Amino acid sequence: MPEVAVTLPLFLGALLAGITRGKLRAILMLAAPIVGAYLVYTLTPGQNFETTLFGKELTPVRVDSLSVLFGYLFHLAAFIGVVYSLHLKDTPQLVASLAYAACAVGAVFAGDLLALFLYWEGLAITSSILVFARRSGRSLGAGIRYLLVQVFSGVLLLAGTIAWAHGGNGLDFNHIGLESMAGKIIFVAFGIKASFPLMHNWLTDSYPEATPSGTVFLSAFTTKVAIYSLARGYAGTEQLIYIGVTMACFPIFYAVIANDLRRVLAYSLINQLGFMVVGIGIGTELALNGAVAHAFNDVLFKGLLMMSMGAVLHVTGEMRGSELGGLYKKMPKTAILCMIGAASISAFPLFNGFVSKSMIVTAVLEEGYEWVWLGLLFAAAGVFHHAGIKIPFFAFFGHNSKHIETAHEPPKNMLVAMTIAASLCIGIGCFPATLYSLLPYSTDYSPYDASHILSQMQLLAFSALAFLSLKLYKIYPPELRSTHLDAQWVYRRFAPTLIRQSFRFVMSVDQAFRKAVLKLMGRGVLGLARHHRSEGVLARSWPTGSMVFWVAVLLGSTLLMYYV
Amino acid sequence: MSFSDHFPILVVLIPLLVAPLASLFTKGRTAWALALAATWSSFLVSCFLLKDVLANGTVRYYLGGWEPPWGIEYRVDVLGGFVLLIVTAIAALVLTFGRRSIKSEIPERRKSIFYAAFLLCFTGLAGMTITGDAFNVFVFLEISSLSSYALISMGRDRRALNAAFQYLIMGSIGATFILIGIGFLYMMTGTLNMDDLAERLPAVSDTNTIRAGFAFLTVGFGLKLALFPLHLWLPNAYAYAPSAVSAFLAATATKVAIYSLLRFLLGIFGAGFALGAMPLDMILIALGLAAILSASLVAVFQKNVKRMLAYSSVAQIGYIALGIGLASQIGLSAAVLHLFNHAMMKGALFMALGAIAFRIGSSRIEDFAGLGKRMPFTMAAIAIAGLSLIGIPGTAGFVSKWFLVLGTLEQGLWPLAALILFGSFLALIYVGRILESAYFGTPKEGVEVREAPIEMLIPIWILVIANIYFGLHTDFSYGLAERAVMDLLPTAQTTVEVAQ
Repeated sequence: MPEVAVTLPLFLGALLAGITRGKLRAILMLAAPIVGAYLVYTLTPGQNFETTLFGKELTPVRVDSLSVLFGYLFHLAAFIGVVYSLHLKDTPQLVASLAYAACAVGAVFAGDLLALFLYWEGLAITSSILVFARRSGRSLGAGIRYLLVQVFSGVLLLAGTIAWAHGGNGLDFNHIGLESMAGKIIFVAFGIKASFPLMHNWLTDSYPEATPSGTVFLSAFTTKVAIYSLARGYAGTEQLIYIGVTMACFPIFYAVIANDLRRVLAYSLINQLGFMVVGIGIGTELALNGAVAHAFNDVLFKGLLMMSMGAVLHVTGEMRGSELGGLYKKMPKTAILCMIGAASISAFPLFNGFVSKSMIVTAVLEEGYEWVWLGLLFAAAGVFHHAGIKIPFFAFFGHNSKHIETAHEPPKNMLVAMTIAASLCIGIGCFPATLYSLLPYSTDYSPYDASHILSQMQLLAFSALAFLSLKLYKIYPPELRSTHLDAQWVYRRFAPTLIRQSFRFVMSVDQAFRKAVLKLMGRGVLGLARHHRSEGVLARSWPTGSMVFWVAVLLGSTLLMYYV
Repeated sequence: MSFSDHFPILVVLIPLLVAPLASLFTKGRTAWALALAATWSSFLVSCFLLKDVLANGTVRYYLGGWEPPWGIEYRVDVLGGFVLLIVTAIAALVLTFGRRSIKSEIPERRKSIFYAAFLLCFTGLAGMTITGDAFNVFVFLEISSLSSYALISMGRDRRALNAAFQYLIMGSIGATFILIGIGFLYMMTGTLNMDDLAERLPAVSDTNTIRAGFAFLTVGFGLKLALFPLHLWLPNAYAYAPSAVSAFLAATATKVAIYSLLRFLLGIFGAGFALGAMPLDMILIALGLAAILSASLVAVFQKNVKRMLAYSSVAQIGYIALGIGLASQIGLSAAVLHLFNHAMMKGALFMALGAIAFRIGSSRIEDFAGLGKRMPFTMAAIAIAGLSLIGIPGTAGFVSKWFLVLGTLEQGLWPLAALILFGSFLALIYVGRILESAYFGTPKEGVEVREAPIEMLIPIWILVIANIYFGLHTDFSYGLAERAVMDLLPTAQTTVEVAQ
């Protein structure tokens, strides 16, 4: 019965990581994802585990091609993450990492909404520990905000599940759609975890505050579980196309001005999720394949970038772009690995980002969404700027920072983990057939034909050319603030003034809105607290006379109501 | 008549006779043993009774062989048997738990009186659940109330006296209202037997006298069951009473008042009149909702854990009132089920607080710091019962909230469902505060604290395990609640279509 135990290796690994130390723990933690992946390998689609609880038919484990693909992906991500964190001695963080991965695996194999809810909350709790584990004041605050949002998403999922089951749909987790109220509630629950626009702040708030290895785990699981859930429940929902293209475009503005390089990556994560969401919204076989494949690849290249930034943070203790630079002299290996990740996320041909992103873009064009297609092109160019160029440039090149003196290559296990991810990035980019064979729908899609390569190379080559020429003629300055303003020069051919104005507009509206909401909330909370605190009017001990007064009031009003 | 035919009277008679006997012994220990024997035998008898009711239907017993409407009738149906089981089980468990806790909180010379009062209170509550006579309800209500004022006043804190006095005034007003209400009914029908009343009421129900009687009855019971905003006596009474008394009253007294209210609403007036023609359903929903939100929020800010849980009780009563106000099969079943589940959670929580008070002599939240390590079993019990209070899946609290939410959705009351879930969220915060202090707080230096004695832990854990068991197996609890409501509704469907 391997299907029952699909999350067991990782959970067991988490447990054992808590009670063992040293070499033994390293071996056990490495073995857990390998055993788990083997278990996934032995599963055949349709091999479900069903049981009955509360008189309801439940399917805690459901095996089909979609869940198996994500099962492999999460075990792979867990393995890379474990290698990356082998040097750590922080037991709570290690235990939480594996338990977090186990919950993610459980969630993608969950065949009913109740099991999904349990793992959903499990994800929230275990992952918040990775934020808390940084043990700084900022991470404590960010972690609490993160946990609140995630638990709220879980509560919504539960509420939606109850309503869904009550609507006579049963608890099975299949296509849900937006027709019913329950469907809308579950959609919002998924949307929070997938960081839909206006629901995304938890991500950019907490990921940069987590520990170096914590962020690697975080970027792999939570949002991908949400993508999986959307693909399962809302494939072909047209609203997702517009949500997705917004997600792909708006983080670019923010990524450009962010100084914390891991925050830049967090925004770029939302941007990549946007591509996947568009793919799910299109809903054709090609688009869904593209979305799922892109989720797979995103775990690899975003993990790689997060790992390289984590290595820089580990070595220098600094993550602000304005304080870093020139590190390639002391960290050449890390720099090269980072650039492989950058090339992958920018979707260079022969890197894995290309083979999946082009699927989505092609599907968008096939279905005739020209404006969405343009939006995605703009987003792709934006990715290239902030993730493909800004990240390696500010960390490893640019001006010489004070950290060059003390910098050195990170511990060996970090390098090994990054190398694994980098080889997979190139491997999948060169030989996409293996990945394609795992996809939910059979495909004869070939990324390497003239039109795909041509359009992608046009995009990349021209923006790279623009960037390089700027650099050559020293128009692209090293200082961060002006970088952002001058970088717009790249986009000026597209929309000279629109960007700056929309950017200003977005910022001012955003700020005004936030201020107003915060003020309102502050007032409301104060008012509530004033009345409910221990000396408040609702909480203090009352004189007997006042109690009797209330009795009289209630008797009088009920009498009145009964008589009328 | 065989011996088992006398079971209904035995449940009441055993504690009633043992009470004066217990007060004669000067040694507290003997009084305790007597009281313990009395409650456990009542519990056994009530088990047999429930079995009998489930197999053969409603059990009727005529006091002294006088048939109604002349004599007093005891009547046990499924709902009555269910509530009786809750009351007797909690009484037996609390007394098993309470010997050392009571010993440490009550002076030696008052102990036998204490046990006598406890038994009398128990007699009153048991009597209220099984009597089939409206006036008899009032008599038993007074027996239980008077003895509970005495019990509360014996608390160690001097504020207990004031709390008991306030409860005395409020309780007496409530009882008087109930008496006035019953008087009005008697005036119009000339009978006090509940079945008779139910038969004769529809003919006269459209009179102002009955409406006034109905108002007095609902407000009177509202006071006894601590319906918001008539709950003001409750927090202090529970907070300053001796630990065992808090546990017993929190788990049973308000429950029995709710039961009596249900009896009057559904069994006498009929759901069609009480929840249809009269706007009581709207009142109950509105006040229940106010209780859930306001009392939970007050609980969040409390510094004394006993007081926090007392406010939480007010909120939980709000859930039950809301369920009744839904006036549907599923809502009423959820209310009855929550009555059962809440007795289990609050019984376990207050007993665990008693165990902690026994060891550290305080129930302030800052004194809980570090108890997670020092009293692991007691704190684990609080944690699990607390999760049940929040309504985490796998615990009993989840099941009743699930059905309550289903009940609201059935009538398309989306905002209500959302507010119920928000109430759970508030519960999460206040339970979280206790657990945070216990598991993450740094304990005071130089104070030795040991785990509670095993005789306290066993009754606590019986209830904790029951919380988990009934969270996973709903056949017994929800099945019974559903049957009890089914029994009550058909006779009640007079004018308005209530259940589906």
